[in-house]
Amino acid sequence: MTLTKRSDGRKFDELRPMEAKVGVIKRANGSAMFKIGNTQAIAAVYGPRELYPGHLQNPEKGLLRCNYNMIAFSGAGDRVKPGPSRRSREISMVTENALNSIVDLNQYSNAVVDVFIELVNTDAGTRCAGICAAAMALADAGIPMRDMICAVSVGKVEDKIVVDLNYDEDSAEKGVDFPVAITARTGKVTLLQMDGLLKKDEIKDLLRAAKKAAEQINKVQVKAIREKYEK
Amino acid sequence: MKSHLKSLIEKDMREDSRKLDEHRKIKIEYGISTSAEGSARVTIGDTIVIAGVKMSLGTPFSDTPDEGVLIVNTELLPLSSPDFESGPPNIKSIELSRVVDRGIRESGAIDVKKLCIKKGEKVWLLNVDVYPLNDAGNLFDAASIAAIAALKDTKIPVVKDDKVEYKKRGTKSLPLDGYPVECTVYMIGDKLIVDPTTEEEELVEARLTVATYGNHLCAMQKGGVKGLTPEEVEKMVDLAVKKTDELRKLLK
Repeated sequence: MTLTKRSDGRKFDELRPMEAKVGVIKRANGSAMFKIGNTQAIAAVYGPRELYPGHLQNPEKGLLRCNYNMIAFSGAGDRVKPGPSRRSREISMVTENALNSIVDLNQYSNAVVDVFIELVNTDAGTRCAGICAAAMALADAGIPMRDMICAVSVGKVEDKIVVDLNYDEDSAEKGVDFPVAITARTGKVTLLQMDGLLKKDEIKDLLRAAKKAAEQINKVQVKAIREKYEK
Repeated sequence: MKSHLKSLIEKDMREDSRKLDEHRKIKIEYGISTSAEGSARVTIGDTIVIAGVKMSLGTPFSDTPDEGVLIVNTELLPLSSPDFESGPPNIKSIELSRVVDRGIRESGAIDVKKLCIKKGEKVWLLNVDVYPLNDAGNLFDAASIAAIAALKDTKIPVVKDDKVEYKKRGTKSLPLDGYPVECTVYMIGDKLIVDPTTEEEELVEARLTVATYGNHLCAMQKGGVKGLTPEEVEKMVDLAVKKTDELRKLLK
């Protein structure tokens, strides 16, 4: 089968409309909202602050701790049961790895930088939206960063490579979901997962599509950060 | 800072130049979620709370076979305050959940009998989930308004072949008659205030949450350690009644 049109009428390489805002949570040291289509993530950064339990403390380096969570009414179908699941814990971990590759916490001995990511509304691509928001929130908190991170889910629907899958595409039979996080300046892939069936040669095309999408996402992120600080 | 705030309140003044019985600016926005059957965001000053209603089909409780089920749950997200921690609900969030829950439940504003589809077998389950996004004080009032606003915004989804069609938004509202609203009155020294900021909350010695509905009080909860004289209780109730009448107008 060949895909001629996407379910929401987008072009194959077209992202959903994006919105971003920095400084949405006053009590946090840094915060940001990132919205792509109907998927909306809010991230808050607290810290550097003292790390408990004490045995986790490292005098040479601060710890980055991420927590990804979907709020109860964020799913399109049934209510999401509150509390961590295997899925959310894994996503927290891969998010942490992606962000750890760009932050520099060497000066924060025995401290932790907590990143809380809440998905308030979802239509696929949640981990990517979460990472986009988290990276902006870290910048807003003034955490030393070597680069910016942009994340997007690319994939395949039938025979076509598409970017920024929505829920219908993500859950389609024989679809491929391929979330990627890429650093904006150096173009390094810091998160990569894949579900579905793929040929080896297609990886190159998927990564190229992701890189192109990441550039657009980065513009939105940078603009939002500038809006807060260039007032 | 603390003693400064306290001495201000003793002189009937507040740091942000409000009166003691005055709320910060309140904003209610409806339909903030495309995934929930009803939702609302309430902003009181810098405090932001969101609430959403998810409806599903389930079995009724055996002692109320012909009644739908309403459950209010709040979770104090660590995203919203440096004082909240990850993990299972702590006592603060349990109390908040239960106080908001009782205010709505005990009022009878929602006719749960109309949420019964087949007696003893199938009823609507209403999960109201309330989340603070920024805790700048007075989560009690914010959560209470957000919960009832989300219920007001709710449309019952269509059921086809025993399955809920979540994708289409329903057209029928909930059997909701009027709006139960809560106001919490806080005591600092011998002064009564409403809508404290985070800093003011630290000074609070006792608080009384009062839920009102129509001309009735429908739920109360005292918090804090300090004991209250009967006269003080009456005064707190009077103030709460006055304020809930004002708050209710915002829902119209």
